[in-house]
Amino acid sequence: MSAYEISLLSVIGINVILAVSLNMISGFCGQISLGHGAFYGAGAYAAALTMIASGSVVFALLSAIAVGALFGILVGFTSLRVHSDFLAVTTIGANFLFTGFVRKQGWLGGEMGISGIPESGFGAAGNMIMILLFACTTIALSVYISHSWMGFAFRAVGQDEDTAATVGINAGAYKLAAFGIGTALAGLAGGLYTFFTQFITADAFDFILSVMLMAMVVIGGIGSTPGVVVAAVVLTLLPEVIRFVNNYRLLVFGGLLVLFIRLAPGGLAGLTRKLATIAAKS
Amino acid sequence: MYYIDLAVTGLSFGCMYAVMAVGLTLVYGLLRILHIAHAAVFALGAYVTVIVANATGSVGLGFLAAIAVTPLFGMAVYRLLYEPLLRYRPDVPMIASVGLLVLMQDAFRIAFGEQGITFRHNIYAFTIFDISGVRFNAVQIAIVVCAIVVFVGLHIFTTRTRIGIGWRATVSQPKIAASFGIDAIRVRYLSFAVGSALAAVAGGLVGLLNNLVDPVIGSVVSYKALAIIVLGGLGSVRGTLMASLVLGMVEAYGTIFVGSWLNRDAIAFIALIALLMIRPQGFTGARAA
Repeated sequence: MSAYEISLLSVIGINVILAVSLNMISGFCGQISLGHGAFYGAGAYAAALTMIASGSVVFALLSAIAVGALFGILVGFTSLRVHSDFLAVTTIGANFLFTGFVRKQGWLGGEMGISGIPESGFGAAGNMIMILLFACTTIALSVYISHSWMGFAFRAVGQDEDTAATVGINAGAYKLAAFGIGTALAGLAGGLYTFFTQFITADAFDFILSVMLMAMVVIGGIGSTPGVVVAAVVLTLLPEVIRFVNNYRLLVFGGLLVLFIRLAPGGLAGLTRKLATIAAKS
Repeated sequence: MYYIDLAVTGLSFGCMYAVMAVGLTLVYGLLRILHIAHAAVFALGAYVTVIVANATGSVGLGFLAAIAVTPLFGMAVYRLLYEPLLRYRPDVPMIASVGLLVLMQDAFRIAFGEQGITFRHNIYAFTIFDISGVRFNAVQIAIVVCAIVVFVGLHIFTTRTRIGIGWRATVSQPKIAASFGIDAIRVRYLSFAVGSALAAVAGGLVGLLNNLVDPVIGSVVSYKALAIIVLGGLGSVRGTLMASLVLGMVEAYGTIFVGSWLNRDAIAFIALIALLMIRPQGFTGARAA
């Protein structure tokens, strides 16, 4: 495998973890979050600092997960107070707050970021395998949660909090759980990213990334794990595939995004369902 | 004098945010869509202003052209993009809106270049007034005057004219308004037209103030405008004005006092989050989300 393919697969793996974890918060539990990049970034910075201090990959990844989840639960508390679009804007705020804070902190490298992070010791291919293993675990976890009692409770809270409360579901607790699990995984993705690049800056975790992750969830079909995985892979590859348009990449990308959502608002999952009903009828 | 200078900056930025955000508020009040592509309308207005102004030598003509073009664009966005998506979860039209913004920003870059365009004759940004040590330029005055005209005008329009009253009725009780013969679809077109024209004016003014119109002129303002309409109490014009002024002031003073550990955007958003936690329904809070 060429170095290019290895790095592409690594990025795909990281994006799959991010999109699937965001889908748990926004898809399963209905809590719109447009700040997923911040938790990813928090994990990456935690992993970088821990790795520099201790040199242990396991410690670095554990601290990435812990910091991501801690930050996520903190933001999750705001979801107990504000809903829907108010929550969307609050999470946008959390993202700008994170990047704005990091850029001004000397101990986090400021604008220059952190470079010279020690290697994981697995090599590029080893890192890729580690990333893909974690991506598969994340997908399995997502499917498991979706079929468990917790997934049922998440969907109940997402559809109608008050009704969920009448059947004895503690909406607040489940919202915090969704944020906790989703952001812990985002933190993990951040830790993996740190080992992948060995160099991090605040720019990698900005609001645009969060929007792109939300686009993966929407294009995949909100709440559908397989749909979101496919969308994450496709949206990561798309800029590479349309490289021949070179100077017009963003133009084409934006155009395709608009066109797809306009033609298939239910995402890939909705599209498959529609095709299945058509096939069943004929 | 330093603190008064900051107040001038805060006031002019606050007024600019207000003119920009009022269009978003109108759209949100009617359709409950976070219209992120409003930033593209803002940029389009700025580009039309600078191009026509440079071609004709008259900044006034530039603004008139922008006010003529952008409402058509805004209405087209509603008809072609949002209307078919209204049945879906609000994230769906929002992501479509983001896609449109990405597309437009890149279209501006390809058409007019990465560096952006400057005004050939921009006496306004360089006409500095000095009143006992407090300095401000003509564009800042224009922004404040513009905001006053817009908000007084909107107030008169929505309280004294038939169309305006119908508009408010449609926002608060769409079904009852429709049963009284108000055409909800026309109200939507009107909101997009008025909101887009105002965004265009705001865009032109920001272009004049910085003496530069570049492809990303709208992006940061747009995210802040989202924050402003939320803080103002979604759909409330008066709340939008209050929130814009508060944000302008917080930014101006915040960069001085906490600027060493947070940047300008982060200061704006931390104020927003703090205020939202205190008042989850925004300043006016008439309608719960």
